[in-house]
Amino acid sequence: MCSCHADTASVVAEIVARHPDGRSSLIPVLQEIQESLGYLSPDSLKEIERLTGISSSESYGVATFYTQFRFTPPGKHTIQVCNGTACHVRAGQGITDEFSRTLGVNVGETTADGNFSLESVACLGCCALAPVVAVDGKVFAGVTTKKVPAILREYKAEGTREAL
Amino acid sequence: MSHISERYTQAQSLWQGLEASDAPVFYVGAATCGRAAGAGAVMDRLRSEIAARGIDAQIVEVGCLGPCCLEPLMIAHKPGTPDICYGKVGPDEAAAILERHVLGNDPCAEWALGCMDGSRLDGIGPLMEHPMLALQVRRVLRNCGRIDPESMDHYLAQDGYRGFLRALELGPDGVINEVKNAGLRGRGGAGFPTWRKWEFARASAGSPKYLICNADEGDPGAFMNRSLLEGDPHAVLEGMLIAGLAMGASEGYVYCRAEYPLAIHRLEIALTQMRETGLLGENIAGSDFTFDIHIKKGAGAFVCGEETALIASIEGLRGMPRPKPPFPAVSGLWGRPTVIQNVETLGNLPLILHKGAEWYSSIGSASSKGTKTFALAGKIARTGLVEVPLGITLREIVFDIGGGIDGGRAFKAVQTGGPSGGCIPAEQLDLPVDYESLTAAGSIMGSGGMIVLDEDSCMVDIARFFLGFTQQESCGKCVPCRVGTRAMLNTLERISIGEGQAKDIAKLQEIAETVKQGSLCGLGQTAPNPVLTTLRYFANEYEDHISKGQCTAMVCQKLVGYHIDPERCIGCGACRRSCPVEAITGETKKPHSIDGKVCIHCGACLTVCPSSASAVFRTSGELTRVESVEKRKSAVKSS
Ligand SMILES: Cc1cc2nc3c(=O)[nH]c(=O)nc-3n(C[C@H](O)[C@H](O)[C@H](O)COP(=O)(O)O)c2cc1C
Ligand code: FES
Repeated sequence: MCSCHADTASVVAEIVARHPDGRSSLIPVLQEIQESLGYLSPDSLKEIERLTGISSSESYGVATFYTQFRFTPPGKHTIQVCNGTACHVRAGQGITDEFSRTLGVNVGETTADGNFSLESVACLGCCALAPVVAVDGKVFAGVTTKKVPAILREYKAEGTREAL
Repeated sequence: MSHISERYTQAQSLWQGLEASDAPVFYVGAATCGRAAGAGAVMDRLRSEIAARGIDAQIVEVGCLGPCCLEPLMIAHKPGTPDICYGKVGPDEAAAILERHVLGNDPCAEWALGCMDGSRLDGIGPLMEHPMLALQVRRVLRNCGRIDPESMDHYLAQDGYRGFLRALELGPDGVINEVKNAGLRGRGGAGFPTWRKWEFARASAGSPKYLICNADEGDPGAFMNRSLLEGDPHAVLEGMLIAGLAMGASEGYVYCRAEYPLAIHRLEIALTQMRETGLLGENIAGSDFTFDIHIKKGAGAFVCGEETALIASIEGLRGMPRPKPPFPAVSGLWGRPTVIQNVETLGNLPLILHKGAEWYSSIGSASSKGTKTFALAGKIARTGLVEVPLGITLREIVFDIGGGIDGGRAFKAVQTGGPSGGCIPAEQLDLPVDYESLTAAGSIMGSGGMIVLDEDSCMVDIARFFLGFTQQESCGKCVPCRVGTRAMLNTLERISIGEGQAKDIAKLQEIAETVKQGSLCGLGQTAPNPVLTTLRYFANEYEDHISKGQCTAMVCQKLVGYHIDPERCIGCGACRRSCPVEAITGETKKPHSIDGKVCIHCGACLTVCPSSASAVFRTSGELTRVESVEKRKSAVKSS
């Protein structure tokens, strides 16, 4: 997913070319750009404008309506803590707080080392196994505050190895 | 391209080859829930065991059978004996089942949930006699957990697409009539008769006409549509062909939430298979019916479950609803007649067309026919996806199927309909589950989310939770919803931190009515329901918060105090080390104490205080709660 070296212009051009039907494809185009580049940068919106004529303020207006879109680069790993009903009644908030305390960031922020972004999501569809947390899409079921350090370690260790 | 009718023989022999295989087959539940519970590791282990032993055996990935609490689930086929379904199968259990049951003579009864297809073996009864399944009638979910959702042949072997082939013979009028006689009502929540929507759209001038499958599943705490799409995508797509034919549509969209990548993946596979079999495109199955289906990924906005907002989103706009009329059936997607149908509604259609209206309507209540799926979650012992005949009582669902409350605490309420629904108290447990009864109780049927609450759930907190959700998801277009949800949330937040006033209850009631009456779309019109039902059935909890600063369930953090009983404290220091804000002081082997001014009420100390001491206790208002270890553990786990 990470293509830090990919050139924004070429990524956007390739995606726009695959969606010839203009305005009605704006959301899929934005989704695919975010998938490739991690977020919607001002440059990528400008590139859409240049190629399709949809102004970047218009794209921005559409994108800000939907919670899926990010406008700052995400951390290396994205932690999504479910705050749906089932997870809430089974201590979801306590888990968000625990991640927040351990990482020293609020929901919506990224750690200073760029390793983790913390997000809160409405429901991951695994309510029967609540409370759940997903890291980079991998779902952890039956999470308790005590399991938080172990989950983080799994992803920290990876980072450390790579850095060595 | 082969014609669909020529595929059945091939599909049948493939399926029978698997069912009656003379080599072992392992069916592993690998839907999102199964994977989260560890199905991946189970399959890896099976693969390596099979390879290491050099045996001829097959692993089939299937969807979810429903009892998610018993996941990972695995069905083992041993040639010559009934297939057995096992629950809580980790890699070691899977290896043991292979060794002891499949290759040996011990069916591993300790992990068995039951035999498939009504058989019995060595004291293992039929799976359908398992308490979680006994009252269920699995129609829409019949294939989930049984077939490989990525195999079209598996679906065809279960009479897949025969409903659609009959629909082609009947023609649009015949289909509308059949579905009308079946009494099918929308499963997305409102319960509108399905046939009537089609008739409106068919009668509307304008073409092309569009059909949209609403797979946005916005209720945060529900997963019925996810399970069906992951477990049996062809059933929903066949339903789209039938609905498209009946209403005269030539194009269909599946609007699926982006949080469901596996469902989207399986839909894509199924669409490719349909195209290869001539079930999409022009002149489908040799008829003059032309239809195509596209997938649109949602982008995370609850309001996009509302029909006009969903349409705006597909058009690439901000997902704002617009006033109705005109209804989408007259002017919808790009101004053309459009019908929006829930995933489960569509999933019912192949059965109605294949088995007929009479068969379909033989179960259900007077006004609500057929079955409904529910996602059981919250404080219930057996969580998962269930399918029951409409008209069953809430008590049967919660206690007989769901096994009652997890951890032996007392039942308090069941929440249906998510943010648009309400909380139904214990006195109403004998209510039959149908559209009218649930509405009369102040809630709604909704799309099938059912969250069970026990005495450790605070009803003010639940109302605050839902209003927090709807306030955030309100699109802001109309004033009653934008301002009203904010005002209700502010009031609920004040009550939950002990700053409520006596007049707040009347004020909440008043705002709730205004928002209900004055909002533009269903989001605002139903947003007050969680507040109204909790006020109606649990007014005492609001009063305790306001007049005594007491949260009886000990959930509202600001109202709960943590203390250490010096008589019981053994000075082990566990609480001191666990406290994230250093509010606890004390010397080793001497009683510790908590500084109430520093404490953030997180409850960490309560969880770590050793059972031999049980020195940490909680207070709220007039209430003091010292709990036995077991009770305390389950309370903290769930509060
Ligand atoms: C705020 C809001 C959210 C909704 N979310 C959903 C949803 O997630 N899934 C769904 O099928 N219907 C949802 N609905 C209902 C749909 O607008 C629509 O009535 C339904 O999809 C019609 O299908 P049916 O007749 O088959 O039930 C929602 C309605 C509102 C007002
Ligand atoms: S509520 Fe958390 S997964 Fe559904």
